[in-house]
Amino acid sequence: MADSIAYVVASGKGGVGKTTAVSNIGFALAQRGKKVVLVDADIGLRNLDVALGLENRVVYDLVDVVEGVCRLKQALVKDKRAENLYLLPAAQTRDKNAVNPVQMQELVERLKEQFEFVLIDCPAGIEQGFKNSIAGADSAIIVTTPEIAAVRDADRVIGLLEAAAKSDPRLIVNRVRPNMVKRGDMMHTADIVEILCVELLGVVPEDDQIIVSTNKGEPLTMRQSALAGTAFKNIAARLAGEQVAFMSLDADEGFVSRLFKALGLRG
Amino acid sequence: MFELIRRLFGDRRAAEPTSPSGGQAKERLKILLVHDRASVVPDALPALKDEIIAVISKYMDIDTQAMHIDVAREQGSVALRANIPILSWKKRPDHEVDL
Repeated sequence: MADSIAYVVASGKGGVGKTTAVSNIGFALAQRGKKVVLVDADIGLRNLDVALGLENRVVYDLVDVVEGVCRLKQALVKDKRAENLYLLPAAQTRDKNAVNPVQMQELVERLKEQFEFVLIDCPAGIEQGFKNSIAGADSAIIVTTPEIAAVRDADRVIGLLEAAAKSDPRLIVNRVRPNMVKRGDMMHTADIVEILCVELLGVVPEDDQIIVSTNKGEPLTMRQSALAGTAFKNIAARLAGEQVAFMSLDADEGFVSRLFKALGLRG
Repeated sequence: MFELIRRLFGDRRAAEPTSPSGGQAKERLKILLVHDRASVVPDALPALKDEIIAVISKYMDIDTQAMHIDVAREQGSVALRANIPILSWKKRPDHEVDL
């Protein structure tokens, strides 16, 4: 498609919410009427199918497509709850070396012919799986949490993406606990943005409903209520080119203005 | 009585406000990244080393093979550490320093 784009969703560190972000943003984009495919690039450790509740419908996988065992269309799992949402599952019984960056690049190019948004769920780490995942991506979404180790790994990943000439990565700060930020026991999003020198794409609060939604295999963005769901919907809106204000999360009065300052906007 | 003793010695947990850990995290992170990024910007250190050699060589002969430059993390800061063995001073510097 003419203006299709492939994003790799990466973090370096594991467990910060990449897969949750991919499933929720993907679902929200599809709800907006976009044609979306979610690619699980974590070969050997398939997860995205479970997050989406599609694990029983997987027949073929990414490696089957690359090896010509099946056609691309056969491997794509359609999410029946959202028009225009598809999953390309990872292989569970193979390893990262089953595909190479050139093959991934070709695969993503083919997906871009059919879909407006290709979201690639990158495995943790910076080894072969990471290199495969970024190969076909036009740009990147970095997921981090307000912890030293997660931000440090995000910085490393941003460096590697820049070296690979992936344009302007954008940042999601996940699992923010506003009450802890308020009493000074959690880093401010604005501080993280300042330290990493990247554009902020979204702030997602810690939310028990994420675990509930993962248990059910239903992305949170399917429902209206949850705060984290709204945050992911806002992120999808921004990716679709809309201007959406950042949630203040009631942290403190200075939060929003600090955020804006870090973004170089008026306070 | 207990209350008096408690007040005399002070309830440390209540009286001593611990500095918020978020700020500590930010400072630790900043220092960590200065160090990390030194290895991520691979061309910077060799280029810096060459320029340092050029400047120092105006004044002294140094052992460029044995010299060592790195970025080291120390308590609460990051330092550019250089160990440059001097072979001899030059009697006449290549350039006079204009003070």
